[in-house]
Amino acid sequence: MKPAIGMKYRKERIDRGIKARTEDIFALLSFREMLYLLAPRAILLLAVFITPLFLGMYGKKVLINTAVFALLAMSWDFLISVGMVSLGQALFFGVGAYIAGILNDSLKWSPLFTIPIATLGGGAICSILLAPVLRLRGVYFAMVTLAMPLMLMRIIEATKIFGGTEGLHGLAPLPGVWLELYLSLGMVIAVLFFLRRLINTDYGLVLSGIRDNDRSVLSSGINIYWYKMQAVFVASAIGAFAGAFMTHAYMFVGMPAFELDYSILPIAAGVVGGTGTFAGSMLGAFILVTLSEILRGVGGVRIVFYSVFLVIFIVVLPEGIFHYLQRKYHQFERWVKVEE
Amino acid sequence: MKDNGPFLQVSNLSKRFGGVQAVDSVSFELRQGEMLGIIGPNGSGKTTLINLITGFYKPNAGKVLYQGKDITGLMPYKIADLGIVRTFQMVRPFYQLPAFKNLIIPLYSPRVKRLAGGKYGDRDAIAIDLLEEVGFERESLVPYKITSALPHGYLKKMELARSIAMRPELVILDELFSGLSMAELASMLPIIEKMISEGITIIMVEHRLKELFRIANRVIVLNHGTKIAEDIPKDVMKSEEVKKAYLGTEVT
Amino acid sequence: MFQGMLIYGLINSVILALVTLGFNLTFGISGVANFGYGGLYILAGYTIWILFNLLKIPYLVAIVLSILFTAFIGGLMYRFILLRLRGLTNLEVIASLAVGVIILEMFRVAGFIGFEYTLPGFISGSVPIGETLVDAQRLFIVGIGMVLALFLWIFTRYTKTGLAFRGIAQEERTALVLGINSDKMATLSVAFGSGLAAIAAAVILPLGIIAGEGGYTVLLNAVAVCIVGGLGSPGGAVVASFIIGYAQTFTATYLGSHWTMIVSLLAIILILVIKPSGLYGKQKEIEEKV
Repeated sequence: MKPAIGMKYRKERIDRGIKARTEDIFALLSFREMLYLLAPRAILLLAVFITPLFLGMYGKKVLINTAVFALLAMSWDFLISVGMVSLGQALFFGVGAYIAGILNDSLKWSPLFTIPIATLGGGAICSILLAPVLRLRGVYFAMVTLAMPLMLMRIIEATKIFGGTEGLHGLAPLPGVWLELYLSLGMVIAVLFFLRRLINTDYGLVLSGIRDNDRSVLSSGINIYWYKMQAVFVASAIGAFAGAFMTHAYMFVGMPAFELDYSILPIAAGVVGGTGTFAGSMLGAFILVTLSEILRGVGGVRIVFYSVFLVIFIVVLPEGIFHYLQRKYHQFERWVKVEE
Repeated sequence: MKDNGPFLQVSNLSKRFGGVQAVDSVSFELRQGEMLGIIGPNGSGKTTLINLITGFYKPNAGKVLYQGKDITGLMPYKIADLGIVRTFQMVRPFYQLPAFKNLIIPLYSPRVKRLAGGKYGDRDAIAIDLLEEVGFERESLVPYKITSALPHGYLKKMELARSIAMRPELVILDELFSGLSMAELASMLPIIEKMISEGITIIMVEHRLKELFRIANRVIVLNHGTKIAEDIPKDVMKSEEVKKAYLGTEVT
Repeated sequence: MFQGMLIYGLINSVILALVTLGFNLTFGISGVANFGYGGLYILAGYTIWILFNLLKIPYLVAIVLSILFTAFIGGLMYRFILLRLRGLTNLEVIASLAVGVIILEMFRVAGFIGFEYTLPGFISGSVPIGETLVDAQRLFIVGIGMVLALFLWIFTRYTKTGLAFRGIAQEERTALVLGINSDKMATLSVAFGSGLAAIAAAVILPLGIIAGEGGYTVLLNAVAVCIVGGLGSPGGAVVASFIIGYAQTFTATYLGSHWTMIVSLLAIILILVIKPSGLYGKQKEIEEKV
C-alpha cells in the first residue's frame, strides 16, 4: 500500500531471506531451501510430462503446436541474448521443413534421418546465408531475416519448385502421437536446460558481452563475428528442428512454412514472457498459443492477436511476465521512509 | 630481442569523417618499454588516433607498423591478439555480476590460451588474483562484490586489470584517470609503474596533465588532428603553440 | 520489345524509388527503421478509398487528407510506442513491425478484400512513346517522382527543418548540442517518412487493387532496395532502385514475370557477398552505442 501523500518514501526491493540462504552450496542446508530452488523446476517438469495424459487428441495436437512454437521462441530469445534481433524465425523453420520434406519425398529417407539432417543442415545453411550481415549494424540482420523467408515463399510460388503452391504431400509420419508429443516436449525441456546452462558458462558470458559491449569484447582479442555465427547456427538448428518436426507431424511441407506467423509469434512470446531467460519465452509461447486456441478464430486473426499482445506488453510490461514472476518469487518490496 | 626498428611506428595516419579531418597526418615512434603520453584539448583527435591504431577505424591514409609488421586496418581483435590492448573511456562492465566476472572475457581470449601453453587454467582464480594485484582487497571479498556497488575508482582499476589479463606488450590507456579522486589516482600510479617495470610499453591519453607528466617519458600534443609538439614532459608546455591550443589565442 | 523494356524499366525503377524513399529517409535521419512502413502505405490507400467512396469527399482532397492522416499516425506510433524504446533498437524494430502487421491484417480481417478496392487514376488514356504505348498514369508516376526528388533536395538544403534532419542524420550529438530537439525531430521524421509512403501509395495504387498483401510487398521491396543501396543513403536508394527495377523488368520481359522476386533475392545475396553494407553504405565502423 502506498503511503499517504506528503511523506517521502521510496520503493525498495530486497532479496527474500530464503533466496540469500540458497546461494551456492548453502542450498543443501535444509529441505526448505532445496525445495525453494527445486520447486519451480519440478513443477515445470511435472506439468510438461503429466499434462498430456489428461488431454484428448485435440489437446495433444495443441500441445505439440505449442512445443514447436516454444522452440522457435527460445531460439529467438537466444539470438537476442547475443544482441541480434531476428525478424525471420520463419527462415530457420522453413529451411528445416523443406530439407526434411525434400529428403523424404525424393530419397524416401525416414524421419529418423531427415530430422537430424535437416536440423544440422538447416543450421549450417542459415549461418552461411546470414554470415555477411553479422559485421553490420543490427538493423541489417533484422532486414535480411525479414526479407528472406518472405522472398523464398514467393519464389517457390512463382517457380513451382519443391512442389510449388501445392507443396509436398504424403510424407512419412512420425510413429504415433505419443512419440510426437514427448519428442517435441522433450526437445523443449532439453533446449531450455541447455540454453540456460550455456548462458551461465564463460562462453555464455562472452555472448552477453557481445550484446552489451561488443567493442570491449573485440579489444579482448575475441572474434565476435565467429561467435555470432556460432550463435546463429545454434538458433537456426533449433528452428530447423521445429520445421522438420512439423513436416513429419503433418506429413506435408509447403510455402506456408516460411510464413510471417512463424516469425511474429516467437517475438511476441519473447516479449510477453520476458527475454533473456528462455523459460520466459517458453512461457510466452505456451500462453499465447493456448490463448489463441481458446479464442478460436479465422486463420488470419492469430497474427493480429500476437502482434497486439506484443505491442501492449512492450508498452506496459517490457520486462515480460517471467521476469515479473521471478522478481516476486525472489524479492519482496516495501516502502521505505527517505532519510533527510 | 629482434631489432626491427621502433616498437611502434605510426606514419602519416589520417582520418576524415564527412567534412571533418579528425586526424591529419600524425606520425610518431615508440620504443619498447617507453611510457608515452598523448595530450591535447577536447576534440583534438586523441581517441580517434587510438581507434585508428587499434583497428576500430580504418585510416584514409598512413600506416601503423608494430615490431616491423604492418597492422594498418587490421580488425580490432587481431590487433589485440598481437598484444596491443586498449582500455575505454566509458567503462561499461557487467553491473549485475560480481566484479571478477568482468575479467573472464579477456581471460577467454585465444591469446591468453596460447601464451599459457594451450590451456586456459582456472579463469575464476586468475581473475581474483589479477584484481588483487590492482588493489581489490581479497580479505574483504571485494572481488566478489556486485560491480554496481563499487566506486568509480575500482571500476577504473578493473579496466586496468582487464588489460593486464591479456598479457599485453603494448597497452593504450584512454583517459584512465578521468573521474578519479586524488587518492584513487595516487593508488593507481604504482600499478602502472609495476607494469612498466615488467616490460609493458604504455601509451596514455590523458587530460590530467600533472599526474601524467610525473610518469611519462615523452609527451605528444595533438590539436585539431595534427601533432603540434613532441617533447619530454618538462619542456612540452613551454611551446607557444601548445599554450595557444590549451588556453586560446590570448596568452600573456 | 527492347524499347518497351527500357521505358517500363524506368517506370518500375521510379516506383521502387518512390516506395523506398520514406523508409530510407526515416532511418537515415532518425536511425529508426520503421518496419511498419508497409502498413502505413496500405493504410494511406484504404483511407483515400474510404474518404472518396464512403464519405464522398473529392478525390484530391481525399488524397491530401490521407497523406496528413498517415503522417499523423506514423508520428503517433513513434511518439507513444517507439519513443519509450529509444536506444533499444531491438524493441523499436519489433514494435514497428508489429504495428505494421496489425494495420495490414486488420483491414483484411475487417473484410476489405476484393476487386472493388481500387483507386481511380489521375490521368486516363495512353501515350505513345516511340513504338510503345504507355498509360498516362505510369508517366504521371515518373513525373511525381522527379518532382518529389526535387522537393526533397530543396527541403533538406534550404529549410530549417530539413537542415535539422540532415544534422541529426550526420551527427546526432552535435545536433543535440546545437539545441535541435532530437526526440521531436525523430517523431517528425517518422511522420515525414509516413507521409512519403502515403504519397507513393496515392500515385501507385491506382495501377492495381489495394490489398493487405501489397503492404508486405512494399516493405520487402523497400528493404531489398535499402540493403542493396545502403541504409540511410538516399543516393544509394535511387541507384539501387534503378538496378533492381531494370533487373526485374528485364527478367519479366525476357524470362517471365515469375522470376522477378528471384532477381531481388539474387541482388541481395550478391550485395551481401560483394559489399555487405550496400553500394553507398557507410563503412562498417564499429559504432559507439549511445
